Amino acid sequence: MSMILEVKDLYATVEGKEILKGLNLTLKAGEVHAIMGPNGAGKSTLGNIIAGRDGYEVTSGEVLFKGKNILELDTEERACEGVFLAFQYPVEIPGVNNTYFLRAALNAQRKYRGEPPMDAATFLRLVRKKLKVLDLKDDLLKRAVNAGFSGGEKKRNEIFQMAVLEPTLAILDETDSGLDIDALRAVANGVNALRGADRAMLVITHYQRLLDHIVPDVVHVLADGRIARSGGPELALILEEKGYAWLQENDSVAVENS
Amino acid sequence: MSSEASQFDQLVAAKYKHGFVTDIETEGLPPGLDESTVRAISAFKEEPEWLLEWRLQAYQHWLTLTPPNWAKLDILPIDFQAISYYAAPKQDKDRPQSLDEVDPKLLETYEKLGVPLHERARLAGVAVDAVFDSVSVGTTFKKELAEVGVIFCSFSEAVKDHPQLVRQYLGSVVPVSDNYFACLNSAVFSDGSFCFIPKGVRCPMELSTYFRINAAETGQFERTLIIAEEGSHVSYLEGCTAPMRDENQLHAAVVELVALKDAFIKYSTVQNWYPGDENGVGGIYNFVTKRADCREDGAKVSWTQVETGSALTWKYPSCVLRGDNTTGEFYSVALTNNYQQADTGTKMIHLGKNTRSKIITKGISAGHGQNTYRGLVHVGKNAADARNYTQCDSMLIGKTCGAHTFPYIEVKNPTAKVEHEATTSKIGEDQLFYCLQRGISEEDAVSMIVDGFCKEVFRELPMEFAVEAKALLEISLEGAVG
Ligand SMILES: Nc1ncnc2c1ncn2[C@@H]1O[C@H](COP(=O)(O)OP(=O)(O)OP(=O)(O)O)[C@@H](O)[C@H]1O
Ligand SMILES: [Mg+2]
Repeated sequence: MSMILEVKDLYATVEGKEILKGLNLTLKAGEVHAIMGPNGAGKSTLGNIIAGRDGYEVTSGEVLFKGKNILELDTEERACEGVFLAFQYPVEIPGVNNTYFLRAALNAQRKYRGEPPMDAATFLRLVRKKLKVLDLKDDLLKRAVNAGFSGGEKKRNEIFQMAVLEPTLAILDETDSGLDIDALRAVANGVNALRGADRAMLVITHYQRLLDHIVPDVVHVLADGRIARSGGPELALILEEKGYAWLQENDSVAVENS
Repeated sequence: MSSEASQFDQLVAAKYKHGFVTDIETEGLPPGLDESTVRAISAFKEEPEWLLEWRLQAYQHWLTLTPPNWAKLDILPIDFQAISYYAAPKQDKDRPQSLDEVDPKLLETYEKLGVPLHERARLAGVAVDAVFDSVSVGTTFKKELAEVGVIFCSFSEAVKDHPQLVRQYLGSVVPVSDNYFACLNSAVFSDGSFCFIPKGVRCPMELSTYFRINAAETGQFERTLIIAEEGSHVSYLEGCTAPMRDENQLHAAVVELVALKDAFIKYSTVQNWYPGDENGVGGIYNFVTKRADCREDGAKVSWTQVETGSALTWKYPSCVLRGDNTTGEFYSVALTNNYQQADTGTKMIHLGKNTRSKIITKGISAGHGQNTYRGLVHVGKNAADARNYTQCDSMLIGKTCGAHTFPYIEVKNPTAKVEHEATTSKIGEDQLFYCLQRGISEEDAVSMIVDGFCKEVFRELPMEFAVEAKALLEISLEGAVG
């Protein structure tokens, strides 16, 4: 199996404050990893650094995507290479039509890959197909990007965008937070539909319930800026039961993920 | 020509003996302003006596005025003696002979606008015809328009062919003494457009005028007059460009709209005068007085403007809601980048009963741009049940620009309802990151976000204009981020 993501001994600061402190993580093609961990541990920070958000300084370590140093690329280049971040807090863009936005994104990525732009009719067919999988309402297409969307609608819209853009690496930052049961299932369907031999996913979550629907290959616990523990899906169940305090008690058995 | 007119000719000829008489057709007037300048302009245009008198009165009054200084604008002193007040098309040798000689940056701009090549050639100063400074598309359709009784011609032609209409309405909305720049315009205006829509006629096509300042050291003072008779309907478009020059050029136009009973005038402007360079050198000083008089009951006027050009914009298209049940609307996008400054807005003067007005403005500032909304909503004591809704939104791109809002409200009738909303937003880093993360380039992201911000105004524009406005915004924002 080929490597999709390799994070090697990553140290990073935000406004002078050290957040990531020697983080290691490896995702192979076809894998889905979950990341759990207490608030403020650095989970979103990790996602933002991989995606290339301004304001984070990598002080040492490496991030390789498909074997290439991704930190050298501009944010939009990373996206075009196949990195997708489903935002913990999706952003509203008033006046910009959701469908128009998504088509602009898709065509920007196609252009990067040297493909011709997708015409409106083909795009619409693609979009309808994806909507069905996600069980989404048509009218989200006609509205402005996330403007006035409910919390759940915003999260669904993220997954919808992911489904259309078909990234190589998808990072889902608490996409399950604030979802009702039906929406949770729809989001899980979207993720599962995209699972495939040449993709990998990093699912950041606080709750085991999402992992009932999206069964991960590996579960990591991110605490205090590094991976404190890794294990199989059962790790999530233990955490749910015992809380993160259990980790400290068992500090000595922290394992490297493989 | 009357004997008096030829006397003026002699007077003028005496004054401008050197290089004037022989070159009159090709060179126009040398810089300078005094009474003889006014007489000369009038003489060139072979104007009737009453119009010359009108101009001279304006000139005399102008001498008593001082430039306004209340706007939030940093204005270099204007030397009115350094400006030429009349520039006829120049000789062929002075013009670029082919597209290759035209400033490539200018060509690039037209290319980006999607203006076709021959059109671009025309706009760039090649093969310029005599009415270049106010080309009227209407000329093309004169016959079709005449069939329904619509008059659409240059202002000079109107003075010749329809003197009684001009005399009746000229200055009836913006009086000679209205303000410093309008007064100057009244004295020295060169040309412009004239539209007359007779009773009950729905104008069969959009009327459009393309203004362009071409000659160096020249001021442009155009005058537009639109009269919509009872029950008529017209949509008028105005576009503006100017070449790049290091010195500031003056543009001081006056636009008067008269809407009679139940008439509707829609007036759209895309203003792209040269804004000066990245360091704030050069650019047009744009001082414009635009006003509509909803003179009789049920009249409606809607102003839409997209202002991306000029070093300095001073402009307040206004509506006098004189008749009962009249409506005024003002939709505006004003963008200032680099060192541009805009002080723009509207005045809605509610005089009649049950009058309505709506103001939607979008100010965008980038670079060191300064963008001011200044508006007045006045409700007179007889304007029972007047309603106004005002929404002013500002967007800041970067940290060195500014947005300012000065809404003035005067309500003299207790039954009036006036609503005002204002927001200021920054192009959030989070919005930008969101777009970039989806693979959209920074430049596209900014124009997409700004375009979304302006949507409410753009949708008021006629289709082709909306496309142009969008393209213009993109060009004007180039280099605003990153
Ligand atoms: N822009 C910023 N400025 C200052 N501190 C920041 C910034 N971004 C993140 N931090 C800090 O970095 C730490 C890690 O934040 P991060 O968002 O990565 O946590 P998280 O693990 O995603 O938490 P949660 O589970 O609450 O989403 C927090 O202490 C946070 O306050
Ligand atoms: Mg987080």
